[in-house]
Amino acid sequence: MTSLTPRLLLADVAAGDVLPELAYDVTATTVVLGALATRDWRPMHHDKDFAVNRNGTRDIFLNTPNQAAWFERYLTDWSGPHGRLGRVTFRMSGSVFPGDTMTLRGVVESTEVDGTGCGFATVAVNLAVGGHTKTTCTARIALPCAAGDNPWARSGDRWLPSPASP
Amino acid sequence: MTRPDPLAQALALVGREQYPETGDFPVERGYVWTSCASVENGNPLFWDDEVAAALTDGPIAPPTMVSVWFRPHHWAPGRTEVALPLQVHFDLKEMFGLPEAVMTDNTIEFHTPVRMGDVLCTHQVLRSISEEKTTRLGTGRFWVIEVVYTNQAGDLVAVESYTGFGYQRPTGAGAPS
Repeated sequence: MTSLTPRLLLADVAAGDVLPELAYDVTATTVVLGALATRDWRPMHHDKDFAVNRNGTRDIFLNTPNQAAWFERYLTDWSGPHGRLGRVTFRMSGSVFPGDTMTLRGVVESTEVDGTGCGFATVAVNLAVGGHTKTTCTARIALPCAAGDNPWARSGDRWLPSPASP
Repeated sequence: MTRPDPLAQALALVGREQYPETGDFPVERGYVWTSCASVENGNPLFWDDEVAAALTDGPIAPPTMVSVWFRPHHWAPGRTEVALPLQVHFDLKEMFGLPEAVMTDNTIEFHTPVRMGDVLCTHQVLRSISEEKTTRLGTGRFWVIEVVYTNQAGDLVAVESYTGFGYQRPTGAGAPS
């Protein structure tokens, strides 16, 4: 079995920690790749003429499932492969177009060890263009509590992706 | 003949499993790599077999791809109609006669990881409908719809929850543009 050392343990993380920023120059190729990768064939994600004249947007724009993939990549760049997403919530307030530089920034809101002994960090991620928020995401991601811990090994009653109700 | 009360009609659907569907094709690695490439996701869990074997007992798909496996091909032999994703949402718009709608929130909860070769199933459940509300968009109702994903063994894979707001734009003087 491959020996793998977790990149990040729950104990390394505290509320208020800032994740490394990711800035990415979006092109038409980014948008089209994302649409096809998510099997979204709707024309506003690949046909500029349709997007402008039918949707009234200034260009084609990133689709929602592809933004989810960007958030996942951003979070696991930070956590490493041991990081296991439990739950994500998105709220979209604007579109991301070719020519935009999108910036993802994350802040740890809280950490906890749940009743089963699984460690979780809750991270607020903001996707912005030119200082304007386009999408916000709150993610609950499991992190190992110790070097030998692996959140992916959990199932059934030992994997509770959402926080317990107060 | 009286028109059925749309609220009573909709409330009767709360909690009921609707639109069961099975994925058109098994989960496959080529598509996982296409997805990872689209966002430059270098997580070794998806690229390195040894890492996948050690952490997840073999290759899995990125969790956020869960809805990808249900989007139909752009064309298929013999198909004449395109199925709308989240059909319950469109049913509610129709039922209440609300021409416009937006999705305000989308939450996904991830359970059993998705593995290569899995054939996933899904169904939709209407969870709630609000009283009539007026927002800056117009007057209408909020509703919460869950999309439940399971694998061929019946294990829960993910639950996606959408909050939609179906509405009628305000009319007359003073209405926002």
